[in-house]
Amino acid sequence: MQTTARVQPARSSLLRDPKFRGLVFQILAVFTVVGIGWYLFQNTQSNLAQRGITSGFGFLNNTAGFGILQSLIDYTETDTYGRVFVIGLLNTLLVSGLGIFFATLIGFVIGIARLSPNWLLSRLATVYIEIFRNIPPLLQIFFWYFAVLRAMPAPRASYEFFDAIYLNIRGLYLPSPIPADGFNVFAIALLAACVAIVLVARWARKRREATGQLFPTPAVAIGLLVALPGLAALVAGNPVTWSVPELRGFNFVGGLVVIPELVALTLALTLYTAAFIAENVRSGIQAVSHGQTEAARSLGLRPRHILRLVIIPQALRVIIPPLTSQYLNLAKNSSLAAAIGYPDLVSLFAGTVLNQTGQAIETIAITMSVYLAISLSISLLMNWYNKRIALVER
Amino acid sequence: MKSVKTTLTSMVAVATLGLSVQAVAGPTLDAVVKKGFVQCGISDGLPGFSYADDKGQFRGIDVDVCRGVAAALFGDATKVRFSPLTAKERFTALQSGEVDMLSRNTTWTSSRDSGMGLNFAGVNYYDGQGFLVSTKLGVKSAKELDGAAVCIQAGTTTELNLTDYFRANGMKYTPITYDKSDETVKALEAGRCDVLTSDQSQLYAQRIKLANPNDYVVLPEVISKEPLGPVVRQGDDEWFNIVRWTLFAMVNAEELGVTSANVEDMAKNSQNPDVRRMLGAEGEYGKDLRLPKDWAVQIVKQVGNYGEMFERNVGKNSELKIERGLNALWNQGGLQYAPPIR
Repeated sequence: MQTTARVQPARSSLLRDPKFRGLVFQILAVFTVVGIGWYLFQNTQSNLAQRGITSGFGFLNNTAGFGILQSLIDYTETDTYGRVFVIGLLNTLLVSGLGIFFATLIGFVIGIARLSPNWLLSRLATVYIEIFRNIPPLLQIFFWYFAVLRAMPAPRASYEFFDAIYLNIRGLYLPSPIPADGFNVFAIALLAACVAIVLVARWARKRREATGQLFPTPAVAIGLLVALPGLAALVAGNPVTWSVPELRGFNFVGGLVVIPELVALTLALTLYTAAFIAENVRSGIQAVSHGQTEAARSLGLRPRHILRLVIIPQALRVIIPPLTSQYLNLAKNSSLAAAIGYPDLVSLFAGTVLNQTGQAIETIAITMSVYLAISLSISLLMNWYNKRIALVER
Repeated sequence: MKSVKTTLTSMVAVATLGLSVQAVAGPTLDAVVKKGFVQCGISDGLPGFSYADDKGQFRGIDVDVCRGVAAALFGDATKVRFSPLTAKERFTALQSGEVDMLSRNTTWTSSRDSGMGLNFAGVNYYDGQGFLVSTKLGVKSAKELDGAAVCIQAGTTTELNLTDYFRANGMKYTPITYDKSDETVKALEAGRCDVLTSDQSQLYAQRIKLANPNDYVVLPEVISKEPLGPVVRQGDDEWFNIVRWTLFAMVNAEELGVTSANVEDMAKNSQNPDVRRMLGAEGEYGKDLRLPKDWAVQIVKQVGNYGEMFERNVGKNSELKIERGLNALWNQGGLQYAPPIR
């Protein structure tokens, strides 16, 4: 009896129970945050109403009524602000995608070049990295746009290549393919070739792991890519006809145009980010102990095999996390597009649409959430990849 | 509580929009009087309307409207601070309270007047949209512009009018948009676009900024109505009245023959009842506006009447040499008309 009586006071005081206390404070914290958020929201709403500023997302269904320089999907001036949003988003994704692709490519090449035993090559890589990563990206965009691309000739004095490609101040005009009779068969053949390559590559890898015999996968892949679609074209007829740009009136008509704004932005973002990626790659490679190289060499592997089969797979584990933040930086830096009039999400939606509708809070909120979503998607993808290549302890 | 609410909203607006805010606690007039100057949003460089001269002083008819308000309020036209804004920034800056008024060649439209929480106080320049092209193109009319690349300033009514005009005439164009009007001019000069479109007054202003103004012409077509005027926040009638009647006082002064040279003399000696009422010799008309008795005298003395302001900045005494046209007084074939002060 006495023992229980002594324990009870301690139990009855809930305040002294760390579990309970923790719970109370967490609930309090959540309520405070939600409460403040709610209060701010209500306040903004009532003040907007009081000042006679329209709010809500109804404007997305209104007619936009202005033209857009570049859209990846069909657009006319009678489309809605909602469609303008999608076009802005696609333009942002386009420039981010191109930037990430080329920056990775150049970054890896420069990063490896920097460690090259060739003195000139490694110094050149160092100079590249030090120049491009130390100049603000906005200035680089200005440099490419105003200094380089503005120096191109007028449409009538275009640089001409093979009577089909034209380069001038308005952009790079390329012939664009138009599907013709044989297109479906051609597309199926192309798809079949891709599937076949994947299967062959898998089989070759399995065989190599089992028997150690090498198989010339790249050569076979190229052969398949040429042979299958080529055969299809022979059988079913021309898969595409080409729309060739020609000078008519003020501008070139027909074909595909790569606008200078896109080129300048892609170049600047690519070269800027590639410099950082190169450093990540270098540090990743240097993080692999030199013993690994020596061991591989003593097994008789050739230098390129050492790099591809021993060093890079281990280096990737160090490279991927910082690489992710570089990708995120690139996607976010793409919003500098507004400075040169590339119609990305910020310039088009958080700029023109905001100004035409006057609904700043809604447009900015949408734009911010979209960037958040893009960044989180990149993070998720890279984390998944990182997990896949992580060291599996055996 | 109300002021806490307003401040909080501004904070939210600031947090959301990334703008800095001059405190707007309560009606604009009190805030302006308390801080001792008018914060005025102007254009970021447009000769004749608002631009910095070689001494770094802001000049132009939009600037003069701001100076007029300061003269009426403080008896000192220099008590203004200017915030140069791009077309895209201007409305948010006014809505969030960063500026007290916007005098930035802004077109009066129904959606801006009713949907954005703004009020247009009047029209200080009747304008219309036009086209500026290189003479090398040999274009004589806007109807010949099918397929052209057109430079425009982003977020303006110009962008919408342009679309309407090309659609109505069954023509195609490529829009090249920039945030600043300077950038559109540079792009035209470099050949990024064939034609620059904007309000005609702006085209004249931008033309003299080009390296060879004579290589460019303004096409004859005027494709829209662009009444430009000062803007204030909706729901502050007191402040709205002050801005509106500053403008009216300038127009009335021209009509009554009151100029910066003769205003003091007229204030003392004029026998014209209209002049006497306006200049405060009779009645208490300034008091109703919560302005000093000599408010109109100060405006005309320090800034001038509407005609003086026009000729000095955009008319025959300026580089632009724009005709009065629609901006002549109503009794001289124009549209400038002000209700009487009585």
